[in-house]
Amino acid sequence: MSDLQPVASRTAPPLVRAPARTSASEVRMETVEVSAMYGKFTAVKEVSLRFAANRVHALIGPSGCGKSTFLRALNRMHELSEHGWITGRVLLDGQDIYGSRVNAMQLRRRVGMVFQRPTPFPTMSIYDNVAAGLRVHGRHRRAELDTVVEQSLQQAALWDEVKERLRASAMTLSGGQQQRLCIARTVAPSPDVVLLDEPTASLDPQSTQRIEELLFELKRDYTIVIVTHNMQQAARVSDTTSFFYMGTMVESGPTRQIFTTPADEQTEAYITGRFG
Amino acid sequence: MNHRGLRRGVSNLMVGLVTGVVLVALLPLAFILVNLALQGAGSLSLDFFTRTPAPAGESGGGVVHAIVGTLIIVGAASAIGLPVGLAAGIYCAEYPASRLTWTTRFVADVLNGTPSIVVGVFAWAWIVATQRHFSALAGSAALAILMIPMVLRTTEEMIKLVPSSLREAALALGYPRWRTSLSIVVRTTLPGIVTGSLLAVARIAGETAPLLFTALGSQYLSFRPDQPMAALPLTVFTYATGPYEEWHRYAWASALVLILVVLVLSVGARLAIRRRFDFHG
Amino acid sequence: MTAITERKLARPADRSPLDHASYGDRIFRGLLTLGAVTIPLLLGFLVLELWQGARLAMGKFGLGFVTNSVWDPVAVQFGAFPLIFGTLLSSLIALAIAVPLSLGVAIFLTEFSPEGLRQPVAFLIGLLAAIPSVVYGLWGIFVLIPALRTTAFPLLREVLGFLPLFRGPIYGPSMLAAGIILAIMVMPYVMSVSREVLLAVPDTQREAALALGATRWEAVITAVVPYARSGIIGAVILGLGRALGETMAVTMLIGNRHEIAASLFAPGYTMAAAIANEFSEAVGDVHLSALAYVAFLLFVVTVLVNAGARLLIWRVARGSAAGGKAL
Repeated sequence: MSDLQPVASRTAPPLVRAPARTSASEVRMETVEVSAMYGKFTAVKEVSLRFAANRVHALIGPSGCGKSTFLRALNRMHELSEHGWITGRVLLDGQDIYGSRVNAMQLRRRVGMVFQRPTPFPTMSIYDNVAAGLRVHGRHRRAELDTVVEQSLQQAALWDEVKERLRASAMTLSGGQQQRLCIARTVAPSPDVVLLDEPTASLDPQSTQRIEELLFELKRDYTIVIVTHNMQQAARVSDTTSFFYMGTMVESGPTRQIFTTPADEQTEAYITGRFG
Repeated sequence: MNHRGLRRGVSNLMVGLVTGVVLVALLPLAFILVNLALQGAGSLSLDFFTRTPAPAGESGGGVVHAIVGTLIIVGAASAIGLPVGLAAGIYCAEYPASRLTWTTRFVADVLNGTPSIVVGVFAWAWIVATQRHFSALAGSAALAILMIPMVLRTTEEMIKLVPSSLREAALALGYPRWRTSLSIVVRTTLPGIVTGSLLAVARIAGETAPLLFTALGSQYLSFRPDQPMAALPLTVFTYATGPYEEWHRYAWASALVLILVVLVLSVGARLAIRRRFDFHG
Repeated sequence: MTAITERKLARPADRSPLDHASYGDRIFRGLLTLGAVTIPLLLGFLVLELWQGARLAMGKFGLGFVTNSVWDPVAVQFGAFPLIFGTLLSSLIALAIAVPLSLGVAIFLTEFSPEGLRQPVAFLIGLLAAIPSVVYGLWGIFVLIPALRTTAFPLLREVLGFLPLFRGPIYGPSMLAAGIILAIMVMPYVMSVSREVLLAVPDTQREAALALGATRWEAVITAVVPYARSGIIGAVILGLGRALGETMAVTMLIGNRHEIAASLFAPGYTMAAAIANEFSEAVGDVHLSALAYVAFLLFVVTVLVNAGARLLIWRVARGSAAGGKAL
C-alpha cells in the first residue's frame, strides 16, 4: 500500500485531471516544492507530498516543525498570517490553488479546516453554526439547509445529542461536542478535503476517542489531513504518516511502515520518544 | 522589639488613613446626588416636561424646549460620530500593522485630551463663522468630534477581545473578510461595542462648553437644526447663573433630569460592560 | 539544474481581479479607511482653523500676548497672562488636593481593600467622572460656595492667615473654590490611572519587601510606589491635562475677573472660562481673534501635557495587560 510517496523534488510529475469516480489510489491533493515563509523566515522548506483520496494522512513532528504551517498552506490560510507567503504549487485535483483564477473563498469551501480549539460561533445557534458555510455561499433554501444540517450533524456523530435543541446556543455544548459541531460545520458544504489541526489537543480522553472514531467514518467521504502532536493518535487513525522536522519533511509513507521500520534516524528518534 | 512595635503601629495607622481617604473621596458624590434629588425633585411636574419657560420673573413653565433640543443635538451628533468612530475602530482592529492605524490611534488620543471648549471654538470657526449664524448642527458637529475618539477606542478594544481563532474559523469556512469581520467578529462583541457607544453618548449629552457658541441656546421650542437651539446643559448654565429664584429652581430640576439621563446611560453601560465575554464555554 | 519556481503567490496584494469576493472586501476596507482617515483630517483641520482664527491677534500682539496682563476689549488691548496664571494656579490647587486623595484611594484599592469592596468603590469614584461639568458648577454655586464662604474660608483665614494666600476679603466665587471643584472632578481620572499602574506592579515586588521583614505599609512605600513612580507621575499629569481644559464648573465658580491676586479667596479667571464667557459676545475681530489665540494656546498646552503623561504611563505599563488599559 503506497498511496503516498514523497515526490522526488526535481521531477514534477504530469498533472492528472481528476476522473469522475474516485478510486482509493487516486491523488486528490498534491504539493510541489511548497515553502511557507513568514517575512524572511522560512517555516516550511520545499515539501512535496501527495494525498490520496479517502485516506487519513497524519502529519507529525515536534512543536515548531512546520507541520501546522504546511497544513495552512493547503487551504490558503497561511497567506492570512502576518507577512505569510509561499512558493511552490499546491494542486487540488490537478488545479493549482494559488492560480490567478482561483477564488480563495471558493477554495476554502472545497478544503475545510478544523482547529485545535473548538471555535463555534458564539452568537449562533447549533443549527446556524452548521448552516453558516452554506449560507455564506448563497445557499439559503430552507429544505436544503435542514437536510444538510441533519446529515452533517449525523456525520459528526452529534445529531442524537442535539436534535432536540438545534436552536440552542452553540456555547451550551461541552468542549468535545463543540469540536464535533465544528467538524459538522466543516463538512456541511461537502468539501473534498478536510484539514484538522490537532483537533483533540484541548479535549479529554473520552471526547478524543469519539473524534478518532469519527475519522474512520469521515474518510469514506473525504480526504483527511490531520496534524497531531500525539504519535499514538497518528498510529491509530492514519493510513499514511509524514514526519516533519525543522521545516522539512523528513520521511513519509504508510503509517505502519513509519512506525515500525522508519528509514530515517531522526524519524526513529522521534517516534521512539527520544526527542520532541 | 519596641522598634518593631512602633513600625507596626505606623503601618496600621497609615492603612487606617488611606481607608479614611476613601470615605472623604466618596463624600462629594454623596452630597451632589443628595442635593440634586432634594432641590430638583420638588420642581419636577408635568408642566416641567411639557411647557416652555414662563417669562422672566413669573413662575410656572418648563424646559420641554431644552429636552427636545438635547435629544435632537445629541441624536445628530451620534448619527455623525458613531459611524465614523465605529468604522475607524474596526479599521484599527482589523489592520493593526497599517500606518494609518498608528496615526489614527495617536490622533484619537490627542483629540481625547483636547478640552471640549477648544472643539467648540473649532466648530464655531468651521460652521458658525462660515454660515454667519448659530445652529444646532454646529453643536452636533462639535459633540460628534468629542465622541469619535471614545467610540474608536472602545470599539477597537472590544474587537481585540475576540479570539483570533474565531476569525480563522470563519475564513476557513469560506467567509470573505468583510463578512468575517461584520457577521462573526463584530457580531460576537456587539454588546460591548453598544455599551461603549452608550457611554460615549452619555458623555456628550452632558457637555456644555462646546454648545455655548454653536447651538447657543434658545427660549423657544425649535426643531430646526440650522437655527439656535436649547439644550439641557445650556439651560442649567443659564438658569444657575441668572438672577431669579424661579430660574434657580429650573436649573436644579434640569440638572436632575440631565444627570438621570447621563447616569442611566452610563451606569447601565458600565454594568453591562463588566460581563465578561466567554468564548469557549 | 531546474530552477525552483519562485512565485510569491500569496502576497495579499496580488489578489486576482476575478476574485469576486474581494470586491466586497475592497468596498469594506474602503469604507473603514474613510472612517479612519477622517480623524487625522479633522485634527489637521482643527489646528488650521484655530491658527487662522488666532492669526490676527498673533500678528498684533505676538508672543507678548502670553506675558501681557491688560485685557481691554474697548481699548483693543489683549494680554493673556492673568488667564494663563489662573489656569495654572487653579489646576495646581486641584492637584494639591486631588493627588493625595486619589493616591490614597488607589493604594487602598490595590493593596488593602477587602476583595468585595474593590469593584463598588472604584465604580462609585468612577461615577464622579460621569457627572457633567455644568452640574458640578450648579452644585458649586448653591452648595459648595455658601459652605466655603461661611465656614471653611473664615477658618482658613483664622489659622493660615499669616500666609498672603489666605488673606483678604472673602467673596465666595474664588480661585480656591474653583480649585476645590476641579479637585473633585479630576480625582476619578488620577485615581483610575494610578490604580491601573499600581495593579501593573508585579507581585514579586511586594513579596520581596515583605520577605525582608517590611510591614504592609512599608512594602507599599518602599517597593510598590517607587516601582510605579513614573506611571503615577503620568497619572498626575493626565489629571493636570483634564484640569487645564475644564470649563463650565470653573467658569461658574472662579469669579471671572482678569486680575492676578495673591489671595486664593480673590476671584480669578482661566483660559477656558474666558473663552466660554466672552466668545459669543466678543466685540470686534481682534477680541474674537484674541480668544481664538487663547484657545490655540490651550490646545497646544493640553496636547503637550497629555503626550507627556501618556509617555510616562506607557513606560510603566508596557508589557502589562493591566496597565495597557490605563492608556
